[in-house]
Order: sequence, then structure tokens, then C-alpha cells
Amino acid sequence: MTTDTSTPPVAARPEPAPRGRPRRSLHRRRSVAGIAFALPTAVFVLLLFVLPLFTVGQMSLSEWTLLGGNLGLNAPDNYSDLWSSPLLWPSIGFTLLYTGIVTVIMLSIALGIALLVQESTRWTSFLRTAVLVPSALGLASASLLFFGLYSPNIGPITPALQSLGLIDEAISFLGTPQAALWSTVFLVIWRFTGFYMLVLLVGLQGISLDVYEAGRLDGASRWQLFRDITLPLLRPSIALSLILCVTGSLLAFDQFFILTRGGPDNSTVTVVQLIYREAFSSFDLGGAAALSVVVLLVLVVLNIVQFRALRSTD
Amino acid sequence: MTAPTTTRQTALDPLRPASRPRRSAGARFGLAALRTPYFVLTGALAIIFLFPLVWSAWASVAGQPGTAQQSGFGFANYARLLDYGAGVGQFALNSLIVSGLTVVFTLVLALTGGYAFAKFSFPGKNVLFLLVLAILMVPYATLLVPLYVLLGNLGLIDTLFGLSLVLTIYQLPFSIFMMRISFEAVPAELEESALVDGCGTIGALLRVLTPAVVPGLVTVGLYAFLAAWNDFIAPLILISDADLAPLPLAIANLRQQTMGAIDYGVTEAGVVVLALPCIVLFLLLQRYYISGFMSGALKG
Repeated sequence: MTTDTSTPPVAARPEPAPRGRPRRSLHRRRSVAGIAFALPTAVFVLLLFVLPLFTVGQMSLSEWTLLGGNLGLNAPDNYSDLWSSPLLWPSIGFTLLYTGIVTVIMLSIALGIALLVQESTRWTSFLRTAVLVPSALGLASASLLFFGLYSPNIGPITPALQSLGLIDEAISFLGTPQAALWSTVFLVIWRFTGFYMLVLLVGLQGISLDVYEAGRLDGASRWQLFRDITLPLLRPSIALSLILCVTGSLLAFDQFFILTRGGPDNSTVTVVQLIYREAFSSFDLGGAAALSVVVLLVLVVLNIVQFRALRSTD
Repeated sequence: MTAPTTTRQTALDPLRPASRPRRSAGARFGLAALRTPYFVLTGALAIIFLFPLVWSAWASVAGQPGTAQQSGFGFANYARLLDYGAGVGQFALNSLIVSGLTVVFTLVLALTGGYAFAKFSFPGKNVLFLLVLAILMVPYATLLVPLYVLLGNLGLIDTLFGLSLVLTIYQLPFSIFMMRISFEAVPAELEESALVDGCGTIGALLRVLTPAVVPGLVTVGLYAFLAAWNDFIAPLILISDADLAPLPLAIANLRQQTMGAIDYGVTEAGVVVLALPCIVLFLLLQRYYISGFMSGALKG
């Protein structure tokens, strides 16, 4: 891959020629202009990112209800109360299970498809577009779509299988905890596989054909080429997909809020859903803030660990 | 059109990859033997990925018991959508306003911010850039809980303006990063000659540099539009006035409206209204979608 296109020369070029003025004053004017152009971004980031981060910290240490507002410090009650929530551990367990399943299955499928559509023909570019189109939809739209697709009323799958004589009774896609989990996994795979296929495709195209040629001359089989050339050289793309997929799945919300509504019997409640319920069903903003802070810290640690692991192998 | 963007698209565009060299006779024979299962497998894949979209379009007009369209084909589901609450037109308008404002905010910030980060050096530059990237690390929900309170204090809760501000903040890391790359790819001589010709920095930005980074702006705008149009959790938390709901929230609310019985026909009609603009935009601007993607994927 030609890296020069992705990393154009950094702005370490000389400033415009001084043209008779003292260089220092021009330099200062340049830097004032820079600050002026960065100012809108700085204000935005301070007001809508840094300030909320402080606020969420303060809220997590205070008794803060949806209707009553700030009722004063009560640290560390919000944090200690977290552990008494009966749904905390089930939701953490479910979120981890869901993340594991989605990550393994989706990235395998995405890699498989990326390998299948590598060559450039009309058929493969049609395939790529077909796999990619669902990612234009919002996750909420996709969840609503599958809500109908899985429904016993108008869902097409049960009648189709029944007419083929494969099943007798209607399939309940969302009726049991297991079914609800796998139905959601299918939805998410449908919606996101194209995205990861594209990440992996970018990586695949970066592998020089000469390497494969050399491997073939050495008599390597298809499988050996894949295992010893493709996989190792694809590591950065696989790692990027892994980080994005794990982070995204840990924060899952829309699909479970719309498709399963956390059910049946709260078996598909994720951690972010718990934050939402804490704030807007239990009216306890302080508790929601405390859980948000914990999730933030876990994610920051997880990201640091993943980046470290990545860097050490580069 | 900046040269680097064009090369990126032609050389690295995965939709138009460099043609692979011709295979040897043996490999070609192997391919021929593999061809039938290959087409069966990939054909099945295409059907699996396209089927839900085709089905939802079909289900929105096909007659089904328990929906507005009892039998035959017709647009009764869409008609019911027009009558629901403030009407689908109002919800679509809400969505358009939110998406439009988000795109404008994002473009202004990415243009000025990207220019500042790419072409100037000033104290605090690196800290600010890292801060922008750090937004990626913070979960949506973590920010929405305090933003609910802060926007409430400012009287911006339950307003489309406030919602757009919140949606914009999540577009900033990608957008500013993308525009920084785009501006850095513009030759310094271009800006210098504009400055020598008497343009101020603002004139240089507007007259000379902006035309050179249009592809980047299209990409940034496309991503901002799709994200704002489709977002669900931010309006769920920040908008409680049912008449102000953007489409995804309105359609999700609509499911429970009719006496507890869920009207799946109207839901699928709503999905079509939601999805159609996105799919059309995606197909039209596919190469911008992918180029934005790759700048992110490459930097990782």
C-alpha cells in the first residue's frame, strides 16, 4: 500500500516567506490566526465534551434525581448502590457473551467475504455493494425492519419453511432468551459485516502480490498462503476490526432496546440499557452517572491494553 | 480536486482494485472447477444481504391481515403513517432539520478546525487535537446523562437545535481528522501564493483552499448526515415532545400506539421512509463513503 497517500507531508513546512517584515511578528500573527480558526472547535469541545465529563463525575458523587435535580453530595453511595442492583451482573454477563459471539462470528464472516470478493469483476463489485448496503441504514432502522421480519404476524420465514415442509410449528424468534440473542446477533451481522469487510479488504489490497508469487514459487498450497502470508500481513486490519467490534458491541443499545426490549424476562439487558433504565425508569441520574463513569473507565483501560498489545507486536 | 485524494481513490479504492495478474493455466483450471460452488455461495450471500431490504419494501405495500393494507397491494400503510401523530411529514421534517443543522455545524467546525490543525502552529494545538480524538473513547451514554442536565439548564432540552449540537460532538473526531488530512495534502505553495496576492488567511481559506478540499467535505458531510438521520439514543433521551421526534424515534414509538397491538405494516412503511434516503445517498456517493473510511482504516 502506498503510504504516502495516507500520510501526506505533515505541516512542518516553512511558514510563508517573511517579505521584509520581522519574522517574529509574522510568526505571532500566524499563530494568532491559528488560534482564531481553532477557536470554534475548542469552544465546542469544552462545552459539549469536557464540561459534561466533569458534570458526570460530579453527578456520580451526588444524590441527583431526574425531577429533583442536584440534592447534594452523597459519595460513595451511588457507586456502592450499583452492586446491589439485581440486574448488574446479569447485564454484564450478557453484554460480554453478546460481544464474544458477535466479534468471533462477524469478523470470521467478514474475512471470508473479503477473501471471496477480492478479485475485480462486475460480479464481485455487485457483491461488495450488496454486502455494504445494509450499513447505510441506521441500527434503529435495521432493528425495526427485523422486528417485522421476525414477527409471528407478517414474518416471511416461518411460512416459507412451512411450505417447504421443513418445520411444523411457527419459529419464535424473540420468545426465548436463546432465540432473542441469536436473532439479534443475526441482525447485527447483517448490518455491520459490510463495514468490517471493507476494513479487511483495504488491508488485503495492501499485501503485495509479489509476496504471494514468491510463496507460490516455493510451492506453498492455498491454505499455507493464507495462513503464512495473508493472516500475518493482515494483522493491523484484523486488530483494528477487533477493537472497533469489541468496543461497539460492549456499548450495544439500539438493537436490544427496539428488537427485544431487554426481554424475555430481562434476559437481554445490556449495560448501556441499564444506564438508561437507571436514569429514565428509576429516575436516578446519580446512579446512572456512576454506572457511566465505571463503563468509561473500563473502556479506557480496555483500549489502552488493546493499543499496547498492538504496538508491542508491530 | 486534490491530487492525493484522487490517487487514494484510484489506487486503493477497494471497489476498483488494481487488476490482479493473469493466473497460470493450472490455476485457471482450478478456478473453473471452483467456479460453480463459488457462484452458488456468493449468490446466496447476495440474497441473504439484500433479502431483508427487498422484503421490507414488499411488506410495506403487500396486503397482510392486521395491517392497514388488508388485502391486495396498495399504499394504505403509508396513508396511516401520514395520519399518525403529527404526521410522517412532520417527523421527516424534524429529521431533515436535525440532519441539516448537524451537517452545517460539522462542516464549519471541520473546515476551520482542520485548517487550523493542518496549516498553523499555535500553543495548545496538540492538546486540543488529542482532546478531539479522545471523544471517540467516551461512550455515548456517558455523555448523554450529563448533557441531559446541562442542556436542560440552558433551555436547550427538547429542541432540535440542542439535539444537533450533541450529534455534532460525536462527528468531530472523524471530521476534523479527515479535514486535517485533506488540508495537509494541499500544496503549501497554493496558500502562499494566495497570501502573497494579498488574501488574508480567511480569504485564502475560502477562495483557494476550500475548493481544493471539496472531496473531503463531501465525505464529512455524508457521514454527518447519515449519523444524524439515523441516530436513535440521543433523541430518545433529549427529546420528550412527541411532535419534535425525528423519524427513528417516531417510528419506534409508533409500534405501541394502536391499542397494544403492534401494526407491523406501518412499521415496515416507516422503515422504508427511513432507509430510502440513506440507500440512495449511499449509492450515489459510494466512493466518498469509502474514501472516508479508508483514511480512518489506514490510520487505525
